[in-house]
Amino acid sequence: MSAGLEASGRLIRPGRILAWTLLFIGGLIMATPLLYMFSTSLKTSGQVYDLRLIPTDPTLKNYVEVLKDGRFLRWFLNSLLIATAVTLSNLIFDSLVGYTLAKFRFRGRAFVFIAILSTLMIPTEMLVIPWYLMSSQFGWLDSYWGIMFPGMMSAFGAFLMKQFFETVPDDFLEAARVDGLGEFAIWWRIAMPMVTPALSALAIFSFLGNWTAFFWPLIVTTSRDLYTLPVGISSFSAESSIRWEMIMTGAALGTIPTLALFLVLQRYIVRGVMLAGLKG
Amino acid sequence: MAKIELQGLGKRYGSAQVVHALDLTIEDGEFTVFVGPSGCGKSTTLRMIAGLEEISEGRLLIGDEMVNQREPKQRNIAMVFQNYAIYPHLTVGQNIGFGLYTAKISKTEKQTRILEAAQTLGLEPLLNRRPAALSGGQRQRVAIGRAMVRDPAAFLFDEPLSNLDAQLRAQMRMEIKSLHRRLGSTIVYVTHDQIEAMTMADKIVVMKEGRILQTGSPLELYENPTDVFTARFIGSPSMALLKGKVSGGALRVAGAEISGRAPARVSGPLLVGVRPHDLEVGEGEPGAGFRAMGLVEAVEPLGAETLTHIRIGEAQAIATAPGRVLPEVGSRVPVRAAPGTLHLFDAASEKALGRI
Repeated sequence: MSAGLEASGRLIRPGRILAWTLLFIGGLIMATPLLYMFSTSLKTSGQVYDLRLIPTDPTLKNYVEVLKDGRFLRWFLNSLLIATAVTLSNLIFDSLVGYTLAKFRFRGRAFVFIAILSTLMIPTEMLVIPWYLMSSQFGWLDSYWGIMFPGMMSAFGAFLMKQFFETVPDDFLEAARVDGLGEFAIWWRIAMPMVTPALSALAIFSFLGNWTAFFWPLIVTTSRDLYTLPVGISSFSAESSIRWEMIMTGAALGTIPTLALFLVLQRYIVRGVMLAGLKG
Repeated sequence: MAKIELQGLGKRYGSAQVVHALDLTIEDGEFTVFVGPSGCGKSTTLRMIAGLEEISEGRLLIGDEMVNQREPKQRNIAMVFQNYAIYPHLTVGQNIGFGLYTAKISKTEKQTRILEAAQTLGLEPLLNRRPAALSGGQRQRVAIGRAMVRDPAAFLFDEPLSNLDAQLRAQMRMEIKSLHRRLGSTIVYVTHDQIEAMTMADKIVVMKEGRILQTGSPLELYENPTDVFTARFIGSPSMALLKGKVSGGALRVAGAEISGRAPARVSGPLLVGVRPHDLEVGEGEPGAGFRAMGLVEAVEPLGAETLTHIRIGEAQAIATAPGRVLPEVGSRVPVRAAPGTLHLFDAASEKALGRI
């Protein structure tokens, strides 16, 4: 009884009403494109420009068509493979770099850290040409490795992990040292499990970034079999006419892995974002 | 089990010398406590023994072998840290088992040892819990368990009780002490708490500013401190110091009457130390030891006795009165100390000159 009173008492406060209203509007703005994506994926090509949110005659035909088309599955798996591999690589290498910078004292440490940070200030567009030249010289053009290599390690990830590893008290590492663990085992068996929130956040950032990556995969790939999902979906529009309903169906299917990952790791991500002082 | 020898052991950070050439032998099976104020170099010394801190100079021998260049894991020592450092992502059992990380023994042997340690420390029902679900005292026991399973050459403790409340601290003191008795292992223990040092140690090492001031058993240090610092640091409440002077062999302290002559060759200004438990409230016999009148400034009734803060001349001192006696604040009371209980220190060097 008293809990009910308390709850209703809280709802009445004007500040709270304002906050909820703003959050609701914000949520609506975020959700609208997503809802339109799903809505359009349920429409026929003739209905695409009818902007009603709920289709008059919803159909799953597009889904059947997309899934029947072998190319979609291929692109989906390409994206999954690339995003997963790059994410795993980031989790390992970024945390190795972050751990080293956070927990070891060596000459030039500050310089290395600043050098890594400064690469964050270079926009991707500027890097694409050197990447391309590099890929072409090493023969990596139009290959999985060519798509993946620029993202295998990230300055942002190293920075995020460094910040987190600094919160791990040295006593844990020293206790492990006394217990007889080698430095690598200390990192892997003691330090890593203590920064799982950061690892989860990094996994989500990294997976999302690579799952949705468009520009570089578009440039480095030429054969359709190597397209990632965003590149592949956009190729629907390059054909005779723009088939929005197909693009939206592909995009809708493409959100599934990221949503799944987010649902699994979401309880960690908030802490990760807060600690890195980022905007989501 | 092993003897630990420090031969001219020193530590420098850049140009700052934080530990000055320590010479010390810790016998096999001895419980040695390093005690001193914070920043005195006691933890640094312990960390050098553990191998967590590089040794700048001197030699460190564990079991007659020089180990200066050896990694912590090669020294076969176990360490318990101030904040326990038990791994939060592992269960109690796994934490204890981590002490056996390098041990080349079978899984069943490992389990047996973990179980033994858990039994000894009363952790058996908690083996599957995570550290987050444990109290401070239980966490500390897990840390000790992790050290115990190893059967190390020596245990190192770095202020292990300072995060516990007073009652638990007293209990853990006794537990660690009885553990030492049972295991008979060499223990090096660092603390800033002189009560811990007094109650647990076979040997106390008093440190100050990176140097060893005095080494000895608790009672040796209590009875015969070699300088003012040790005299005041060991024993609670602290020894009171009164300014005195020797002229013609007679010792004079303002506001007090002292029988007995200062040792020969002592002359000039000095400090007279008297421990609260030697200074009693009550009329003394003329010509027997120390007698004075003190102005009562505060009283602390502890039940069994009453600590009476008094002023003798310029100096402050604490005298003890029987439990049910409560001297009135502001009144003057007679105090006395028996012959042989006064400690004399040189006023300039603060070194001990003997007792009268």
